[in-house]
Amino acid sequence: MGDPSPDPEPQPQQPSSRRSSQVPQRRSRELSLPQPSISEEVPQTPFDGPAMQSSQGILASQTNLQDWSSGPPLTAQENLAMYPTEEAQLGGVEYPSLNMGFPSELQPQPYLEEGGMQASRNVSLMLQQLQQGQGSLFQQLDSTYLETQPDYLGQFNMYQGEDLQFDQGVPHGPYMRDDPTLQYSPSELGFMPFSAEVPEPEPRELAVQNAKAYLLQTSAGCSLSLYEHLVNLLTKILNQRPEDPLSILESLNRTTQREWFHPKLDTMRDDPELEPTYEMAERQKGLFLRSSAGGEGEQEMEEEVAETAVPNIMETAFYFEQAGVGLSSDESFRIFMALKQLVEQQPIHTCRFWGKILGLSRNYLVAEVEFREGEEEGEEEEVEEMMEGGEGLDPHGEEEGEEDEEKVTDVIPKPMWRPPPIVPKEESRSGTNKYLYFVCNEPGRPWTRLPHVTPLQIVQARKIKKFFTGYLDAPIVSFPPFPGNEANYLRAQIARISAATHISPLGFYQFSEEEGDEEEEGGAGRDSYEENPDFEGIPVLELVDSMANWVHHTQHILPQGRCTWVNPLQKLEEEEELGEEEEKADEGVEEVEQEVGPPLLTPLSEDAEIMHISPWTARLSCSLCPQYSVAVVRSNLWPGAYAYASGKKFENLYIGWGHKYSPENFNPPLPAPIQHEYPSSPDVMEMSDPTVEEEQALKAAQEQALAAAEEEEEDEEEDEDEDLDD
Amino acid sequence: MDAESLLLSLELASGSGQGLSPDRRASLLTSLTLVKRDYRYDRVLFWGRILGLVADYYIAQGLSEDQLAPRKTLYRRGRGRKLGNQDPGDVVGSLNCMEWSLLPPATEEMVVQTSVLKGRFMGDPSHEYEHTELQKMSEGEKVFEEEVVVQIKEETRLVSVIDQIDKAVAVIPRGALFKTPFGPIHVNRTFEGLSLSEAKKLSSYFHFKEPVELKNKTLLEKADLDPSLDFMDPLEHDIPKGSWSIQMERGNALVVLRSLLWPGLTFFHAPRTKNYGYIYVGTGEKNIDLPFML
Repeated sequence: MGDPSPDPEPQPQQPSSRRSSQVPQRRSRELSLPQPSISEEVPQTPFDGPAMQSSQGILASQTNLQDWSSGPPLTAQENLAMYPTEEAQLGGVEYPSLNMGFPSELQPQPYLEEGGMQASRNVSLMLQQLQQGQGSLFQQLDSTYLETQPDYLGQFNMYQGEDLQFDQGVPHGPYMRDDPTLQYSPSELGFMPFSAEVPEPEPRELAVQNAKAYLLQTSAGCSLSLYEHLVNLLTKILNQRPEDPLSILESLNRTTQREWFHPKLDTMRDDPELEPTYEMAERQKGLFLRSSAGGEGEQEMEEEVAETAVPNIMETAFYFEQAGVGLSSDESFRIFMALKQLVEQQPIHTCRFWGKILGLSRNYLVAEVEFREGEEEGEEEEVEEMMEGGEGLDPHGEEEGEEDEEKVTDVIPKPMWRPPPIVPKEESRSGTNKYLYFVCNEPGRPWTRLPHVTPLQIVQARKIKKFFTGYLDAPIVSFPPFPGNEANYLRAQIARISAATHISPLGFYQFSEEEGDEEEEGGAGRDSYEENPDFEGIPVLELVDSMANWVHHTQHILPQGRCTWVNPLQKLEEEEELGEEEEKADEGVEEVEQEVGPPLLTPLSEDAEIMHISPWTARLSCSLCPQYSVAVVRSNLWPGAYAYASGKKFENLYIGWGHKYSPENFNPPLPAPIQHEYPSSPDVMEMSDPTVEEEQALKAAQEQALAAAEEEEEDEEEDEDEDLDD
Repeated sequence: MDAESLLLSLELASGSGQGLSPDRRASLLTSLTLVKRDYRYDRVLFWGRILGLVADYYIAQGLSEDQLAPRKTLYRRGRGRKLGNQDPGDVVGSLNCMEWSLLPPATEEMVVQTSVLKGRFMGDPSHEYEHTELQKMSEGEKVFEEEVVVQIKEETRLVSVIDQIDKAVAVIPRGALFKTPFGPIHVNRTFEGLSLSEAKKLSSYFHFKEPVELKNKTLLEKADLDPSLDFMDPLEHDIPKGSWSIQMERGNALVVLRSLLWPGLTFFHAPRTKNYGYIYVGTGEKNIDLPFML
């Protein structure tokens, strides 16, 4: 409003003041007259002029000035910031503090205007443009000028805007410098109205047009002119009205520029960057659709409600959330839907969400399932054959190779190395292969079945430590070499984690009571358990107190890699029938001791400590309300393994990277010592090659011998000659 | 993560599996606002949680107006297990769940001293680790080595671990902070988030600390940088290469960076939005086996 106190109400007064005279506004600003509308009692100034007030063409200038004066709220800070020095020159008269009133003298005012208002005038010109349409302002101003010729002083304001740019020392075209009328120093260019000299209007107009042309120019590299850019920038600022625009001016500048060159896509086209998001959403949408093909709605609902293999993931997630573990609830729900999909696709008897294993590029969601009786054999056998075929290749290859070699006349010594006897894999549904595991990367993606684990894989997995990449067919490059790819490694780690960290409250599971069980098992321990129908639940506090209240319900894996021990030599005896060469296997074989592990359902208190740290940490989920909290147990050996129990419910979960914790650094095993090539025997004896000196000595000796032989011959010939001569 | 957007941030960072239980979340929301008021911080970050054997530590950091100025770290001990047989009503330590204690700033010698400590955190700040080391003692003219048992408090270890984690893996996206000509670093209020193509590159993320590598860049490289935005070290050249796992979750709606050097640190950012943050939930041990595992 041009008021000295513009801040409180600049905007609402703006429209009203449009009609009123500009000049009086300015005056009133200085006089600290907070008048909403401009009054007539405007003190005399050279800018004052009835012509200005009456002429229509003045509307432009009015709005110009008005905007300029209403600009203060926006521009005051800029003003202050940009021209602190000039303000100091002006004796510290600050624009916003014009409330003090300002002597309506001509002289200080132009100073103020010039020094303080240069920037704001520039801005105000732009503002005016914005509100009146681009490009038209200057024409209007020009026309205004032409019409109100005598009011040249009034137009000083507008021109000053242009000349401001010159003031700021921006290099101009040559035409400016050559202009004789504009040889004044910047301070003088302010068209001091107090000095009665007034430059000719003609150059002013020229200057305006030159300035505008300069602003409008675009370079070859960029089609955006400064003019347009500033227009855009100020439009943006005015539309958004951010707080403290000066401090974010640079960012806004950059944003505006970027927006010009990267316009928003129109609604008909899809954003290419968001394609994968939409795809994923589509896929997950499929999860939420009920698979039933309509028609039998109610019946199916009842069936579903009655029996379903899908566990109550949401309940589990809730309890784990109390412990501060687990995924977000919508993620859990999606997993729930994905499991439901899995159950529908495969013949599954029981199913459980095992956990999530993090990988480098993608993660794995693991589901532990049990097939219905007799269902899985088909696929199993195919997989088994493939694996056995792969494993059997090596020994068979050796045998064939050796047979071929025998036909050759030279008997090449046979290598002494025999591959260590392969421990047979455990049957499905027993030991480490008790459950089947399916993995997927994200809910909505198809589930992939993991192959059964072999003892060799478990043994090797204990020796290496690798991150999972997220791709099941990725090779595992390690030493000792891992027999398999990432799918096998994943399965081996899952087996180890399950064996080590699946626990339940004491009494939840019990051994099926059959007499003579122990004798029959032959000391290898029981491997089956059943739920205890009389389980009453253990109070949460007791669960947290003592680890003896928890038991393992998965079998411990022996160092051999299996849960039940098998003597690998027994298998060898069978293989002996295949070929003669196998007989040698008997030689040099050591007695293998039976490996024994802790039996099933051992309490956790028996677990070995890691460097004097208990392998388990138990907590109450919420100490503030112990009556409603759950007991949470965290494994220190496998970070990421959690179990909770509350009342009669319990569950295990694993979310982590899939590695064991070890306080020591990981030391990869050293490579094996170099093998001997051949044993020394009369046929084959190893000797070192002669050295160069030896060869030379030999050569010298031979030459000597040769020379000696020649001399003898010569002697003999001479003798003969002599004889002949005689 | 910013205490102001704690709930949303926890939700977005939940992919790593560790979060906070509802009661902890509620107590954190209130206590962090009080911390902000009492200590007059400009921003309070919930740094994360260090899991100890007996109790956990909850760590928060306060920032002043200048975002890169040394941060003040506060910790609070969560309720832990009781040791031994006590009445179920007792709580170890009698530390109120709402009280935060200020940690001293980390010094070089603290870091050196605690680098010999291995193993898990106990959870008791006054717990003392005993470490025997050979020190050269000189008596008169004789110089001999003697075994000295040095006692290091767990609080010191906590301070140095937090400092190491901050220096190594605290992450901020490019453009979230900008440097004013006068020096101080401010939060960029016009930060609209990284675009999707930028979000997948490690070079658009910076270490949230004073730059170390920046001066070693060649002039050619520096010419392309924007001095108001690129004033910190990017993650791209971290050693060992591949120590960051960058993943997109929920299709492309969320980018998650996980550090493999300090497992437990998760950084999340929703591209094209202003949401970003990092949280550390872990045991506080460096993964020295990283080169073997990649």
